[in-house]
Amino acid sequence: MSHGHAEVATSHEVHHDEHGAHHHHQSFVSKYVFSMDHKIIAKQFLITGMIWAILGGLMSVLFRLQLGYPDQTFPWLEDILGNWARGGKITPENYYALVTMHGTVLVFFVLTGGLSGTFANFLIPLQVGARDMASPMMNMLSYWFFFAGSIVMLSSLFVQTGPFSGGWTAYPPLSALGDASPGSKVGMDLWITAMALFVVSSLLGGLNYVSTVLNLRTKGMSMTRLPLTIWALFFTAVLGILSFPVLLSGFILLLFDRHGGTSFYLSDIYIAATNQALPNEGGSAILYQHLFWFLGHPEVYIILLPAMGMASEILSVNSRKPIFGYMAMVGSMFAITILAFLVWAHHMFVTGLNPFLGSVFVLLTLLIAVPSAIKVFNWLTTIWKANIKFTPGMLFALGFVSLFISGGLTGIFLGNSTLDIHLHDTYFVIAHFHIVMGVSAFFGMFAGIYHWFPKMYGRYMNNTLAFIHFWVTLAGAYLIFWPMHYEGLAGMPRRYLDYSNWASFNQFGDLNKFISTVAIIVFAIQLLFVFNFFYSIFKGRKVTTQNPWGATTLEWTAPIHPGHGNWEGEIPEVHRWAYDYSKDGRDFIPQTEPISANESKH
Amino acid sequence: MTTTGLFLLAILALGFLITFQIAKASEYVSVLKGEKKSFEQNNRINGFLMVVFLVLGIIGVYWCNKALYHKTLMPFPSASEHGENIDTMLKITLLITGIVFFITQILLFWFAYKYQHSDKRRAFYYPHNNKLELIWTTVPAITLCILVGFGLYYWFKITGEAPQDAMQVEITGRQFGWIYRYPGKDNTFGKKYFRMIDEANGNMLGMVWKDSTMETPNGVRNLKADAAGFDDIITTTAMVLVKDQPVKLIINSRDVIHDVGLPHFRLKMDAVPGTPTTLWFTPKFTTEEMKKITNNPNFEYEIACDQMCGNGHYSMKGLIKVVKRDEFILWRAKQEPGYKPAATAAPAPAAAPAPQPAVVDSAAHVTTKK
Repeated sequence: MSHGHAEVATSHEVHHDEHGAHHHHQSFVSKYVFSMDHKIIAKQFLITGMIWAILGGLMSVLFRLQLGYPDQTFPWLEDILGNWARGGKITPENYYALVTMHGTVLVFFVLTGGLSGTFANFLIPLQVGARDMASPMMNMLSYWFFFAGSIVMLSSLFVQTGPFSGGWTAYPPLSALGDASPGSKVGMDLWITAMALFVVSSLLGGLNYVSTVLNLRTKGMSMTRLPLTIWALFFTAVLGILSFPVLLSGFILLLFDRHGGTSFYLSDIYIAATNQALPNEGGSAILYQHLFWFLGHPEVYIILLPAMGMASEILSVNSRKPIFGYMAMVGSMFAITILAFLVWAHHMFVTGLNPFLGSVFVLLTLLIAVPSAIKVFNWLTTIWKANIKFTPGMLFALGFVSLFISGGLTGIFLGNSTLDIHLHDTYFVIAHFHIVMGVSAFFGMFAGIYHWFPKMYGRYMNNTLAFIHFWVTLAGAYLIFWPMHYEGLAGMPRRYLDYSNWASFNQFGDLNKFISTVAIIVFAIQLLFVFNFFYSIFKGRKVTTQNPWGATTLEWTAPIHPGHGNWEGEIPEVHRWAYDYSKDGRDFIPQTEPISANESKH
Repeated sequence: MTTTGLFLLAILALGFLITFQIAKASEYVSVLKGEKKSFEQNNRINGFLMVVFLVLGIIGVYWCNKALYHKTLMPFPSASEHGENIDTMLKITLLITGIVFFITQILLFWFAYKYQHSDKRRAFYYPHNNKLELIWTTVPAITLCILVGFGLYYWFKITGEAPQDAMQVEITGRQFGWIYRYPGKDNTFGKKYFRMIDEANGNMLGMVWKDSTMETPNGVRNLKADAAGFDDIITTTAMVLVKDQPVKLIINSRDVIHDVGLPHFRLKMDAVPGTPTTLWFTPKFTTEEMKKITNNPNFEYEIACDQMCGNGHYSMKGLIKVVKRDEFILWRAKQEPGYKPAATAAPAPAAAPAPQPAVVDSAAHVTTKK
């Protein structure tokens, strides 16, 4: 397979050589705005994702203020937010809008678009040895659909009735009925439109990633010689392609119910606000949840797999050791990909789902823990007897493993339907998914940014700021989310504006204050990272060697500032897997080096 | 912007500036010192911090548990038998995951510290070992089978059929409160139909208390008054249950999805409009007993809505009072049925603007025959 495309590569080369000189004369718009260079598109995704992350994080700071200090008013909030915080207090509708937007933005626009969008685009061509994506045009469109979705989502913050406020899962009937919640009026239409654009973007990107990995690998790059990052991004794309359309179909039915008078999800509804019984009968609100979670669960892995892949790669490079159990790593990612489609109903144990059906989903859900455990033990063995360099990327990769363990283990609680009856929709769930897919995916993303920043911009980020960023964020993440498990074990429900009127949950006032304070500090530290990022693009220490980390993979054989086409001259040929570190007394052997006669076998 | 706001912002900006200057300076220092030396120094610091983090983390876990354990439900017995099963399951899971948690986290941070870079050493080339991988595939698989086994055993116990003698109570969610209904003396719930809901005349649930004719797109529908509903008790104050008497909740929603969350009984079930759900359990302690057990004179069995249902979600509180049997009989004797003949005499405004209902007898699911 890997030999078949040599021709394609050559024609690319010719194209590149002929036009090489013209690249300097590209207009600003075609080079940086409507660019078809995968590296520029990756940066566009990254920076858009970062802007979203700041906004989404800021939203959490605002609602954490309310949760931590429910009886206080903050007049300056009104100065910033106007009607959202009349009299210095966040109103219920805006609290719920903030919670909803925080979830939507971080899950989709940051950890899906921002994470796979950035690293699939940046790494796939560079690590498989391709000039660009299979279809650079589709790739560009993928970003601009993402951008359009972002604009529509952003605009929903400014409509009179407010953005959608029924939780990021958007369960109908709440999301279908404007009379049940002001956020479900025009805000919800914008939300659906933005999400539809997002799905289009994700599909264009995903198809491209898959076809590039399958067809554009350089000579010698068999599938089993791919770095684990590429495997992870490949499985991520497959997950997205197969599950996002189902989400879109769910949204379309929702749109029909909203505006077309259909009853897919609606039945037996009386709206107190208007004193009216609705005409709909015979729909099932649960149908939506099936459609939603058929994406929603794979989505968790869409977020997590790239982080796993990058952590694997970075751990190996900085341990100066091969990743332990390469084939087991690929196999476990494959198992996760398959199982991801078979566990969605574990989000629905308490919807009145048939208990027998529920039991099947318990079994399949807990099965996922097996490949996850394999990965954890392989990571641990990778750093065993290593020679570790604590680069910022390495620190975040280690942090990723720690968080993945912590959050993964609580998944064993929630995946077990018996315990889910008690813990469902409590703070235990918040703690679980924030650790395992929120913070840990962020750690994977940070690891990736710090590790590949020199390749992206030809400069280093500031190490001291990176170290501060890492330690404060790691400690902060645990301080915020660890105690939330206890709130969950008290049965404290999610998505409440105020707990002070509840005899069962008002004992956590001090804890909520503490969590909010830490959240604010951690958010401020992220701004330090953002500053470090942008400052270093222009003023960071310059990269002087082609391969600063001493890594084996192909991206480090490209020039420090690769042009469109990545390699000058021929694309390098690959002769070995990506993990020959500390072999035969050598620090590392690049993938491009032919296997010598007296080399030991692994 | 207020002065406090400006002041805070200024402090934040100053903090950033100082941190940045230090960071920048350290970069220059490292250039002066030589890259190798400063790398080694940083590596030692970060390696050391790995152990510090591990130790502080373990202390933190202990301390957090000490500070928060008594605020959870775990020190107190569950108020239902199902909840006892759930508590047992929780303990088994905690034990197994706890062991794994400590072993893996300690290994992770300890390895990171121990195998930090040294010029004297070279990393051990160790790409795979099939035996090891087989071990950590099968051991987790077997452990999880144990957890699945226990879990499903309890799950089927909890979700199984309610006992024959279970008392039946209907609970209906609406934005933002709960309505409770008891079948009355005849032990049979009367029929209801959501288009009959008439808040102004005290018909919150849409009981079919009177004959009614409705225009629908499918033709005119005739609803016959259901006498079984005349004695149904409808209240929004509290759900009164009997200690040691199994109860089956029939759960409905009038508008959006809600969730009957019963933290003290460790139970939960969604209220879905159009699709009634059920949940059964046996309360073990009266409210008064729970006040003593929890050492909290203000203790109440609160029903918390656990499914995002709109802007008043956080205030959607219900109440369960668990009492002794004789108290319950006394309470029920004092309740008046929701049906008021006077209310039916008034003209029915609900029927007038009624658009197009395809009449389905939604009460059919919940009627009980005793």
